[in-house]
Amino acid sequence: MKAIDKPFFTEVGDIARFTGRFFKEITKPRQEYEEFINQCFWIGYKSFTLVSITAFIMGLVLTIQSRPTLLEFGAESLLPSMVSVSLVREISPVITALICAGKIGSGIGAELGSMRVTEQIDAMEVSGTNPFKYLVVTRVMASTLMVPVLSSLAIAISIYGGYLGVNMKGSVSWSLYWFQAFDALSYGDFIPSLIKTFFFGFGIGIVGCYKGYNSKKGTEGVGRSATTAVIVASLLVFILDLIAVQVTDLLGLT
Amino acid sequence: MEPSKSIIAISKLNKSFGENHVLRDFDMSLAPGENLVILGKSGSGKSVLIKCIIKLIDADSGDIMVLDHDISMMDQDEMDLLRKDIGFLFQSNALYDSMTVRENLEFPLRRHWTKEQRESQAEEAVMEALEDVGLSHTVNMMPAELSGGMRKRIALARTLILKPKVILYDEPTTGLDPITAREISELMISIQKKYKASSVIISHDMNCIRMTSNRVITLIEGRNYVADTYENLMKNTDPKVSEFFR
Repeated sequence: MKAIDKPFFTEVGDIARFTGRFFKEITKPRQEYEEFINQCFWIGYKSFTLVSITAFIMGLVLTIQSRPTLLEFGAESLLPSMVSVSLVREISPVITALICAGKIGSGIGAELGSMRVTEQIDAMEVSGTNPFKYLVVTRVMASTLMVPVLSSLAIAISIYGGYLGVNMKGSVSWSLYWFQAFDALSYGDFIPSLIKTFFFGFGIGIVGCYKGYNSKKGTEGVGRSATTAVIVASLLVFILDLIAVQVTDLLGLT
Repeated sequence: MEPSKSIIAISKLNKSFGENHVLRDFDMSLAPGENLVILGKSGSGKSVLIKCIIKLIDADSGDIMVLDHDISMMDQDEMDLLRKDIGFLFQSNALYDSMTVRENLEFPLRRHWTKEQRESQAEEAVMEALEDVGLSHTVNMMPAELSGGMRKRIALARTLILKPKVILYDEPTTGLDPITAREISELMISIQKKYKASSVIISHDMNCIRMTSNRVITLIEGRNYVADTYENLMKNTDPKVSEFFR
């Protein structure tokens, strides 16, 4: 079978050019507000159930699994603080981004890939509509905005899951749990966590759109676009997270 | 510059994909009101040619004048404005499958009509285009609910909504049964009469070519090999030409 994958650095260069085109197109007039709102609905609202269930389970499981270790050191009272710091700083943003990489990245990759191979993108171009602006800019913007919103909601839901986890084998009032959880947190925990989710959302949107928009080889290509969009977007989330941790550390926010 | 008498004038057009030279010094012209068929084997570059005309593909060299505009000199915004006057019927129909028939037809209006125009005239324009193709009852249906022939007609209606001066057809009857193919050919003729549009038609379907063409160009080895009427080409004894009519 003829290889259709590009060399790694060629692919990275193409994604960089695609990102450059995004910034060029976003400044041009005639913004597609209606499509942007539509994409916010599909990317944000339609992902909320999946993200919220996962976040709830994540908070619950983290609490249940952390309790025995803390109990061993007689530090059970630190459970709300430990859980909240872990969820806010790392677990909720990253898990939300990975869920979005799977759901949004593959969705965008498959949708645009299918539109490419069935000539719908060409049809937009010949009708005088800029398909990059209509399809790519709106989706990347919606993803950049919605992933932080979903991550923030996931943090709140996972902390609530942690509260139920604490009370499964103990008895802590809601107000005490809330006080202990938030007493351990500072703006240095929230702000970097929020900022990095914008980058996660942007990366997921760009990769999904790049893979779909440049899809080739018919239906096989659509499948490949969706799959590789998820793989590359997930990897990108971890790379961005690593960079975010280093930057946060350098700024003394850890 | 004095306006030319051609709707489309192409000279010395070249296009290659790697080592594959698809078009070599290709020349052609399309007269006002003419239906011009491009006939060639699969892979001979017919679809590449019409995609170059609408600048979906950039030519390597050569001149393409469309409605007195040199498209090689035009930027994206200028080309988008010119595309208002050029209709393109895709072989695959390319209907937006997440939109209803109405939304499909309204889509080209977004760019070329003002919001006020769309609010006051879009409904009338959509219904007129659908009536032209005999499918006004499908206005709220999704493309997936339509048969192959109906989808082709809807794609044609979408092409007509901006009342183009020139229509490019990419294999309009491919994949259709003979009866539906004949209906599409008849529709193309009636549209040409109503809209007084010129057409470039890419086709293998001899019935379609016989019914719709005023002139046929045989695209052989990337060049305009012979251009003549269908009747004259049928009598042509050149083996490269006559093999199309066996």
